[in-house]
Amino acid sequence: MSPDALATLPFAQVEIEQRSGESCIANDGLCPGWIVDNLGDYATPLVEHIYLTLFSVVVGFVIAFGLAILAHRRAWTMRPISATTQILYTIPSIAAFFLLQPIVGRGFMAGAIALIAYTLFILFANITTGLQNVPADVKDAARGMGLTDGQLLRQVELPMAIPEILAGLRIAMTTTIGLAALAFFAGAGGLGEPIEQDIFFKSNVVIAGGLCLLLAAISDLILLGVQRFALPWRRAQAT
Amino acid sequence: MTASNASTTDDRQPADERRQQAADLELCEISKLYPGQSDPAIDKLSLKVEAGEICVLVGPSGCGKTTAMRLVNRMIEPTDGDILIDGESIRDRGPAELRRHIGYAIQRTGLFPHLTIADNISTVPRLLGWDKQRIDARVDELLELVSLDADDMRDRYPGQLSGGQQQRVGVARALAADPPLLLMDEPFGADDPINRERLQNEFLRLQGQLRKTIVFVTHDIDEAIKMGDRIAVLKKGGKLAQYASPAELLTNPADKFVEDFVGADRSLKRLALQRVRDIDLWKVAEAREGERSEDVRRKFEDSDLPFAILLDEQRRPLGWLSDEAVRGERVTNDTRSPATPHIDLDDILRDALAELLSNGVQYAPVLDSRGAVSGVLSLEVIGRFLHSAPTESRTGAELVMDDPEPIPGEGDETPENTGK
Repeated sequence: MSPDALATLPFAQVEIEQRSGESCIANDGLCPGWIVDNLGDYATPLVEHIYLTLFSVVVGFVIAFGLAILAHRRAWTMRPISATTQILYTIPSIAAFFLLQPIVGRGFMAGAIALIAYTLFILFANITTGLQNVPADVKDAARGMGLTDGQLLRQVELPMAIPEILAGLRIAMTTTIGLAALAFFAGAGGLGEPIEQDIFFKSNVVIAGGLCLLLAAISDLILLGVQRFALPWRRAQAT
Repeated sequence: MTASNASTTDDRQPADERRQQAADLELCEISKLYPGQSDPAIDKLSLKVEAGEICVLVGPSGCGKTTAMRLVNRMIEPTDGDILIDGESIRDRGPAELRRHIGYAIQRTGLFPHLTIADNISTVPRLLGWDKQRIDARVDELLELVSLDADDMRDRYPGQLSGGQQQRVGVARALAADPPLLLMDEPFGADDPINRERLQNEFLRLQGQLRKTIVFVTHDIDEAIKMGDRIAVLKKGGKLAQYASPAELLTNPADKFVEDFVGADRSLKRLALQRVRDIDLWKVAEAREGERSEDVRRKFEDSDLPFAILLDEQRRPLGWLSDEAVRGERVTNDTRSPATPHIDLDDILRDALAELLSNGVQYAPVLDSRGAVSGVLSLEVIGRFLHSAPTESRTGAELVMDDPEPIPGEGDETPENTGK
């Protein structure tokens, strides 16, 4: 798809003015003045990007969590589930964004479904690893004291798997923020859209790309904070 | 046999509570055959454990001792046979419900690393729905019981505790809901020998007060001899080789297998079950400086040694008298050798023997708690004991329980592993 074709796409959010003369803008430079003036135009793609990422990670987490519990309870389901999420993960993202359009239509859902599929592998692998890493003696003691399977899962296995689960969420968030920059191919908007509209204009690319980076950094910091807050026992051990 | 300590603690409890305190346990021809295996892991095992007794399951690895223990709380379901707790079959109770009324402590403690010490200990009370006030009080009581400082420990995490402290918490957690029956699988196994012995002694003293029925699994025959009221020696395939008191096991091993397992030094091991005060010591002629020599010489008739021991005014030993010292009219302080080492009446016979050997002497005076001579222990006396009947021996639990003075420094073990 050529840049010209993209420029005419009807869902374009950021208007980029015609440029002429010897100005910074005309040279596709990094123009502080332009950035300050046009920053507001990136609000909508940014919000779309956040919404798309959160929606995909949350739905992906719910699905991966359910699958992980199933695999934990019924060991024989582990391999097929794991293989499926791996296959989904290997589909090139741009292909997925286009392939989904005939099925669910162009737009948010096409982007979200592809992103959800990508989170499954990371999240499923991390949740099951976390559950598997609970030491056998801890589980034995729990069962020996009369915890039922459900109590064992809720009171011991899941709390002890939180470090791996949060690590998975951090990777999934960062990966999804990056992949969502391509979701405009599916018509789902996001910060990739202004980038693609004028990929040679440094100011434009720096703002949109910078916002992506900033988003990834902030979400990672938040999850890091949650990790520290949620794991007093890990912190106690480290000190 | 003196069980006076035990009976006094029992008497303080009302009769109905006492019945609650410990349960009778009976394994009736219990068998476990794992699918796809030709030989059973447990083969028609029958055992009876009286309420308040420690039954040690011991044997080489693969003998099914842990399997046998895990059958009791239905962690493993038997293929055949039954297990009765206070006469009721465990099959009539749901596994989870059953387990909440059986204490459970395992080798690597299995403490929950994500929960505080208080929350770890209160696991079963929470499952049983106790209210918070009762739980908090119980946690403090238990921490004190296992010699840990409640204020310091309550809010810590297991990872911040030393190995010995973790195992104490493991025992406290198993005792939390005051179960009448406890299962312990090498609960002191992960520790170094010194800590291990301390934990064993502490636990035996605790058991002196609690009088729970305990099934205790170990691979270590010395630990079995020390901890057990009765010892079940298992051999490969879960067959019971012998079920007897420690002394009986050491004196009359049932077969070659038990004899080998107990060890070639089994007669020496009996020494660990006896205190110096419990055996017949040598009599010795006592003399004080200035006493009439004639009087002292008369005492020789009744003495096992051909010379006298010189005492001071408090009857403390000053030395063995030479023949010259009692030759004149009055006893002089002419000693042939110092009367060392000093053996304590409360010393364990094994330690006393080690004392004699390391000092290179055949005999030494035995002193009571005030330091006064009450007899002489000799290698010959010990040899005579080793040939005596086993019924005169006692169990390790009794030894620890009537220990006159607690071992100093217990419980204030330095948490050297804390900073990991």
